[in-house]
Amino acid sequence: MSESTDLIVVGAGPAGMAAAVTALAGGLRVVLVDSGTAVGGQYWRHPPEHARAAIPTDDLHHGLREYRALSQALSAHSRRGRLDLRLAHHVWSAVREDDGFAVHVVDRRDAPRETAGVLRAPRLLVATGAYDRQLPFPGWDLPGVLTIGGLQALLKGGGVAAGSRVALGGTGPFLLPVAAGLAARGVDVVAVCEAAHPLAWLRHPGPLLRNPAKWTEGARYGATLARHGIRVHPRTAITRAEGGDRVTAVRIASLRPDGSPRLGTERQVQVDAVGVGWGFAPQLDLLVPLGCALTDAPDGNAVVAVDGGQRTTVPGLYAAGETCGVGGAALAVGEGRLAAESVLADSGAAPVLGRRGLSAVRSAVARQRGFARAMALAHPIPPAWPAWLSDDTVVCRCEEVTAGAVRSACTGGGAHDHRQVKQLTRAGMGWCQGRMCGPAVHCLTAQEQAYTPAERLVATPISLGALADIDEEH
Amino acid sequence: MTLKVVVVGAGVVGAACAFHATSAGLDVTVVDRGAVGSGTTSRGEGNILLSDKEPGPELDLARLSRALWDEVGEELGPDSFELDRKGGLVVASTTEGLAALGGFAARQEAAGVRVEPVGEVRDVEPHLAPGLPGGIRYPQDAQVQPVLAAAVLLRAAVERGARFHPGEVTGAVTGREGRVAGVRTAVGDVLPADAIVNAAGTWGGEVGRRLGAPVEVLPRRGFVLVTEPLPPMVRHKVYSADYVANVASSDAGLETSCVVEGTRGGTILIGASRERVGFDTTMNPAVITRLAAQACRLFPFLRETHLIRSYRGFRPYCPDHLPVVGPDPRAPGVIHACGHEGAGIGLAPATGALVTAHLLGRPWRGADPAAHTGLLPNRFLTSGGAPE
Repeated sequence: MSESTDLIVVGAGPAGMAAAVTALAGGLRVVLVDSGTAVGGQYWRHPPEHARAAIPTDDLHHGLREYRALSQALSAHSRRGRLDLRLAHHVWSAVREDDGFAVHVVDRRDAPRETAGVLRAPRLLVATGAYDRQLPFPGWDLPGVLTIGGLQALLKGGGVAAGSRVALGGTGPFLLPVAAGLAARGVDVVAVCEAAHPLAWLRHPGPLLRNPAKWTEGARYGATLARHGIRVHPRTAITRAEGGDRVTAVRIASLRPDGSPRLGTERQVQVDAVGVGWGFAPQLDLLVPLGCALTDAPDGNAVVAVDGGQRTTVPGLYAAGETCGVGGAALAVGEGRLAAESVLADSGAAPVLGRRGLSAVRSAVARQRGFARAMALAHPIPPAWPAWLSDDTVVCRCEEVTAGAVRSACTGGGAHDHRQVKQLTRAGMGWCQGRMCGPAVHCLTAQEQAYTPAERLVATPISLGALADIDEEH
Repeated sequence: MTLKVVVVGAGVVGAACAFHATSAGLDVTVVDRGAVGSGTTSRGEGNILLSDKEPGPELDLARLSRALWDEVGEELGPDSFELDRKGGLVVASTTEGLAALGGFAARQEAAGVRVEPVGEVRDVEPHLAPGLPGGIRYPQDAQVQPVLAAAVLLRAAVERGARFHPGEVTGAVTGREGRVAGVRTAVGDVLPADAIVNAAGTWGGEVGRRLGAPVEVLPRRGFVLVTEPLPPMVRHKVYSADYVANVASSDAGLETSCVVEGTRGGTILIGASRERVGFDTTMNPAVITRLAAQACRLFPFLRETHLIRSYRGFRPYCPDHLPVVGPDPRAPGVIHACGHEGAGIGLAPATGALVTAHLLGRPWRGADPAAHTGLLPNRFLTSGGAPE
């Protein structure tokens, strides 16, 4: 199968699903690779197939009609042998090779057994999404403190609520669906702390007016929150988590415009779980070593630079979804379609969407990007966030590197980016390779610049035995 | 009047040059376009090895350097740069290989290296594969965390009066009789200098050219594999006997030989590959799988261990695989200290001491220019002073 593949798509979330379906509709043979056990990605995460009837999650989702249409199209193409769907496959490296790409995978369908393999195709589309951007604060490493993305994944993937009294904090609209989802499962959401001020949106009225669908979505969550008596507190933050074996309380403070806590406003709230989220960091591990150009996004992340057709600066390499800038599932679906149309055009195949369809997708994408930009500007990382950290706050959990150690690497060691801090302190050298602490270390050292993740030549851990076996085959 | 010295390069070699030159009372400025130790220094395992060196000019420098690393440890604290006197273990895979290794070790011993033949290698490294015929233990082999080592040496130099000047050197300013009078940087600064030390590592060829003293220093790419952290499983730096042949080889294609060692952080480092591909940074998965296969053959437990990271760098090598250390007759005042290939960490303190001795015109900390003439740049020049 892989001998005659036209396109490899990495990531079966909204962008990758839409891209694969469009490319398949245009007659291409596609391999769709995802590390999960089902398509949908983080956004459309579902319980395992066998448990779906027992664990209803439809009310937690948005855009399910789109998801079902894409899933059904993928299944149909898979049955016909046009689509090679590789679930539970992790990509550990993607490289250019001759006139195309070699995608090195590890098959974990029989986990813990790992089998390495290689997929090859002339074109590669990377739609690997994003993950929660985390900012450390005192107590964030206590059991029971999660990311809001983690809370959402537990809810959507298994109907599990992480606690019975939960405080949420951070910034951005993603706090709302998580709060609403928890409330709908009977959780007492005791606080929702939004660091930004809602009036910040008023500086960008255009994008708001042009995206009425986002209003409807927001109003739906607002209604759910109101029904459960949950208030969102603007300009507040969870500045400390407290507890022994696990979190039992949080401290909540009002923030000044620069994000520093207002003295005397701090109050303690009893909780048994906490969710925190400061936006998202794009997952660029496969793209950076391929050498494609990056560009700065308004949320402080470096993202992949693409043209109007989602082409990266590397010929034959396309990107769609959050890797090109965080903007949500609807934008990701549109970008996936545009990317697939470019693949079709560049392969000499006929377009699927037609001129009017294509132009409709393009204008929707432009509109949604405008919204994403306004969202990023309205929900920045508070500039004074580092003031919350005491010197003994752990920043890198894998290697147990404290904020004090990072600060002294900058002042005494002369480090001025997160890579140099890593060399001097080991922050980011552990199991997660800086995927968790990288943005935070960056903010402590060079907050004024966009965050470019460290180059990771190995995108996911893989056993040396699996690598050795594939070497013996050659 | 105090001699003004500009050291080009803030890798471990440049930092060691600055450390020794300031300790000798010279006025030192270190210039680098990047951060301390951000070039090849950060891309190796931090080896301080005698075991892989044949008797000759490089081993002479390495023996001095080994002693000077201990001195640096006494002066600045061995833990500040994770000095670990772990020792090396070279294992043979066949009885013929063991005989060749024994002959090699005997010549090293005659040159002053401590060697300890090991019959049952699993007595010293319990997790090695069964059936290996034997090996040689080299108790003097050691390891440092190389970026910390460079940072600690440079910090000590700064505390003794050296300066760090961020910038890229674009050329030399010359005065009377063509002697250097300063260096020019990309932003137009001129730093006055009576002497310039070319410690630019893999970029030493280009810096030499800009200073009017070109030397042939070429990149040789290598990948290192890093595993998940484990409890201590590998005590020595362990490598297969074919490593020595590869270090000295001039083959253009991919060569791999297995080198496995633990670190303080608990990760295991696996090397070493050698490719001559210029400054091509492209990932090569075939190198990764080959190194993994060789490491699993040496230490079978590694099959279940996860690779979490890989990095690559460019070793600076001269055509004869010896570093070039000493004054360049074509550009009076320019002293080279580059081309250390994969041995720059180990050779750094002796290189710094030897450069300082050349600057002073007399021996310094055991480094006597008269004893290291085999490293002089003259070897690349014809009698007329032109490159061969």
